[in-house]
Amino acid sequence: MNLKQLQFLIFILLSNGIVIAQIDSTLLKKVQQDTVIGMNMDAVYNRPFIDVGKFPVSLGGYMEMNWQHLGTDGISEGHQFQARRLTLFVASTISKKIKFLSEIEFEEGGKEIAIEFASIDVELLPLLNMRGGIIMNPIGAFNQNHDGPKWEFTDRPISATQMLSATWSNAGFGLYGKYYSKDWMFGYETYLSSGFDSSIINNPENKTFLPASKENSERFEEGNTLFTAKLGLLNNSYGEIGVSYMGGVYNTFEEDGIVLDKKRRLNVFAVDFNTTLPKLNTFITGEWAWVKIDVPATFTQQFGNKQHGGFIDIVQPVLKRKILDWDKAVVNLSCRLEYVDWNVGRFNETYGNIGEDLWSIMPAISFRPTQQTVIRLNYRYSSQSDILSNPPSKTAGFSLGISSYF
Amino acid sequence: MSKFLFTFAKIFFIAMKKSPTYFLSFTLILISILVACDKFEPMGPEESELLDGPIEGLSNSESKQFLDGDIAFNDDVFTSQNGLGPTFVATSCGSCHAGDGKGHPFTTLTRFGQSAPGTNMFLKQGGPQQQNRALPGFEPEQIPEGATFSKLTPPANTGLGFLELVSDADLLDIADPNDTDGDGISGIPNWIEPPLYIIPTVNAIVQNGKYIHRFGKKAAAYNLMHQTVNAYNQDIGITSVFAPIDVFSGLEVEPEVDINTINDVVFYLQTLKAPIPRNQNDAEVIQGKNIFNQINCTGCHRPSLKTGYSSIAVLSNMQFNPYTDLLLHDMGSGLDDGYTEGNAETYEWRTPPLWGLGLSPNSQGGEYFLLHDGRAKSIEEAILLHGGEASRSKTQYDNLEQADQSALLKFLESL
Repeated sequence: MNLKQLQFLIFILLSNGIVIAQIDSTLLKKVQQDTVIGMNMDAVYNRPFIDVGKFPVSLGGYMEMNWQHLGTDGISEGHQFQARRLTLFVASTISKKIKFLSEIEFEEGGKEIAIEFASIDVELLPLLNMRGGIIMNPIGAFNQNHDGPKWEFTDRPISATQMLSATWSNAGFGLYGKYYSKDWMFGYETYLSSGFDSSIINNPENKTFLPASKENSERFEEGNTLFTAKLGLLNNSYGEIGVSYMGGVYNTFEEDGIVLDKKRRLNVFAVDFNTTLPKLNTFITGEWAWVKIDVPATFTQQFGNKQHGGFIDIVQPVLKRKILDWDKAVVNLSCRLEYVDWNVGRFNETYGNIGEDLWSIMPAISFRPTQQTVIRLNYRYSSQSDILSNPPSKTAGFSLGISSYF
Repeated sequence: MSKFLFTFAKIFFIAMKKSPTYFLSFTLILISILVACDKFEPMGPEESELLDGPIEGLSNSESKQFLDGDIAFNDDVFTSQNGLGPTFVATSCGSCHAGDGKGHPFTTLTRFGQSAPGTNMFLKQGGPQQQNRALPGFEPEQIPEGATFSKLTPPANTGLGFLELVSDADLLDIADPNDTDGDGISGIPNWIEPPLYIIPTVNAIVQNGKYIHRFGKKAAAYNLMHQTVNAYNQDIGITSVFAPIDVFSGLEVEPEVDINTINDVVFYLQTLKAPIPRNQNDAEVIQGKNIFNQINCTGCHRPSLKTGYSSIAVLSNMQFNPYTDLLLHDMGSGLDDGYTEGNAETYEWRTPPLWGLGLSPNSQGGEYFLLHDGRAKSIEEAILLHGGEASRSKTQYDNLEQADQSALLKFLESL
């Protein structure tokens, strides 16, 4: 963390202390969430906020803390305590049809500080809203709907975080809107933003790795253009399905007017869904994505030109009653299944399958004293093969975490 | 954070007050997990099934250097930011030697330009190695017209420290350039003038400024330092103070890997354990071992050698079983690619160690890619492709009963 980041962190913490010291807590009021069932695209606003009297700004945030004990092929990492993230939200209704929301995240105890989202939304028509700022590209569902307290698992989905680069945000503009009709809701989002760079196929991960572009802070000022669009359809009885696309040129094809390479594109398609089974109240959510990248044939197949993967979470509430002092406490049994093929294709030399496959299964038990707080115990068993499909390395272990909005 | 601790403490006290049975049960489960969490984690493979790992008995400081070398070898990935290429074969050391085992055709490298003992005539045209891949925006190297070439599969790394310490005198004792014992097998060292940065061993034997080289398919690398510096430069396009010329531009550039890292990698290679043979009490394996001796495979694949003195105590004066003589042999026209290195003939190849042979599929994607270029897809095919000095042994293998052939193959798989 550099000096500026440290100063910023101290400022935020001190400011928080000042607010706590000066404001009568009886003035703090939880903002009621929208009673209409929201779509995935509403996730950034569908969070608990605290209003302070008539102060025009609402505050919120969440925190995640984990313990884990994982081992790989007989070598244990031992006990690990992880301050995963502290996220602060600041929202403001500037006027009746103009809103502002920002999300600032401190990861790994402040090692990484990022503005994940900071946008001004202007409602032009009910079906036509403009959003500008640092936006979260709506690819899949998880990128926009990633708050820790919403999930029953201590880790974020591998496909969403490492293949699709959650939480992936960029400077950009776009339009979005929703249309309701009885039990149906249709939503769309479309953005032009800054985007990826060549590091996605030139990085120390030694594989095509979209999140490598997150290291490039220049993208908030300059860089390639990325187009993202998503269509969502929700039925109050059946659930929601979304299809999304993200694509654009990713490489530096010219500089100062001098051509360095041809334009090379990245295309990502994703499908996401969520539903709650009637009677059983089983909540199922998942997404699957396909990544296609124009990797030069003269580069190395170490960096694949295709990837695909996804996850599915099955969450079954098993106890819903007053537990201890909480009136509406819930105990859930859950399971997450994940798969990622980091490098889809065949070797030029042998025509044999390129490996780099990962699968993971993660059963979980979680306790929600309130809707906004979750204590979760997970067990993960995963298998990862190398590029040559040699015997895979196996990782397994427990993790226990607490995550809560505040 | 204090709010969280407060919430946690609140949960604890309320739970104890309101529902001690549930809470104690949950606490007991958690404590059980905390105490026994190792039991829920996957076991590693048997040590004998792995090629990587250090020699037993390293001191703490040696173990630390081994780990530093392990990271540099297996985890450090080169990109355009830290010097990769712009033309290259692989992006890291570990890319070519998965699990420290033999390589795969994906990372097979191609050397070209020397068609007779002596000097490579294509050094000014990119020789001796083709960098067959390039960063985006660059073109990979092409083999110049008229240059002969050979494809070379990356070897396993295990036990290299032992091989490095076999004395020159021992190698000359084994050598039989004129086949005085009449077994059809000669065996000669590759005498080459080493680069200036190489410091010959104390007991090295020199002939007209040339030293016995022993590593590589043609025994053209003097020691593991020589091998490592060349691999950084020729395989990854990484310059060092020892090899400062960039393979793409041909210009001297700033070192892209530091001396300490090279020293750590060399130490790592020196202290990788020797492969552990398996099933040595199996009757068929024992039978196969006897047949291996009877048909004189041991004429080249010598079962045991010994190390000389080493500052690494566990390597000093040790007998070990690599199944090689580290010498060059005529392998016949079938394996003659028309390319060579140092003073080897194009048909001569250094005897590859056979230790770890049975574990090759674990690093070659579940298949065998044997002989110098991976053309043999099984141990038997590799035997049958032997020629030249190995012809007698091959013929004898061919004439064995099927059960004896099977026993021999089982023995080789056990190494």
